[in-house]
Amino acid sequence: MARPRRLRKIVAPPRFKGYRPHGHQGLTGKPVELLYEEYEALKLADYDGLDHQAASQLMGVSRPTFARIYQSVRKKLALALVETRPLVAVYGNAWMDKSWFVCNSCKARYSVPEGVDGSRCALCGSSSVELIEP
Amino acid sequence: MKTVITAAGNNLSAAFDKRFGRAAWFCVYDHANGALVFEKNDFADAQGGAGTKVSELMVEWGVGKVISGDFGPKAKDLLDRFKVQMVVVEEDATVETLLERIKKS
Ligand SMILES: [Zn+2]
Repeated sequence: MARPRRLRKIVAPPRFKGYRPHGHQGLTGKPVELLYEEYEALKLADYDGLDHQAASQLMGVSRPTFARIYQSVRKKLALALVETRPLVAVYGNAWMDKSWFVCNSCKARYSVPEGVDGSRCALCGSSSVELIEP
Repeated sequence: MKTVITAAGNNLSAAFDKRFGRAAWFCVYDHANGALVFEKNDFADAQGGAGTKVSELMVEWGVGKVISGDFGPKAKDLLDRFKVQMVVVEEDATVETLLERIKKS
């Protein structure tokens, strides 16, 4: 059985849909997908200047998980720059305060106010839930 | 924390009422002590603004979660702002069925 996706809470989603290289010669490569949670990790660590411990707590993930997400975004950015590939922001496994979920088990849909765990169904408690993309 | 289920009647075997602002009754369940009360909705026949009035009522009662079939845009906005969780259920059920489901979760 596939392991259920762990969803990560995002405070500030990216304010762009993507980036595209310009002024280069030749073809642009395949787009690199930047996940919302990767963008958040990069912002917390390199823009806000938080250490990994604080950043992982803010995102509600363990420190090793944070490190993995952070590694991944660094690698993707380098790849996009070096290979002149566009970046596209994709939803990934992120959720926000305004997000709604749907339960695969009882079909209930629910909102997730601040401080509430969205990863379990608000009606039946099932952990088989999916994000309804805004 | 309290959970409200919108109900067509004032007992557990009553049908789940899918209207929020104009629900006939509210089944109020207190998770802390298991207390269960049915409150009549005085705004059920209001001319307008029932969704807003009932949302305010939820906040006043200290409700953390509301289970209903449909929330209007104003109610949605208010409940969001007051951090009340909304649960939308589309199936036909009795109040008891839904209550058992949240108790078990
Ligand atoms: Zn469920």
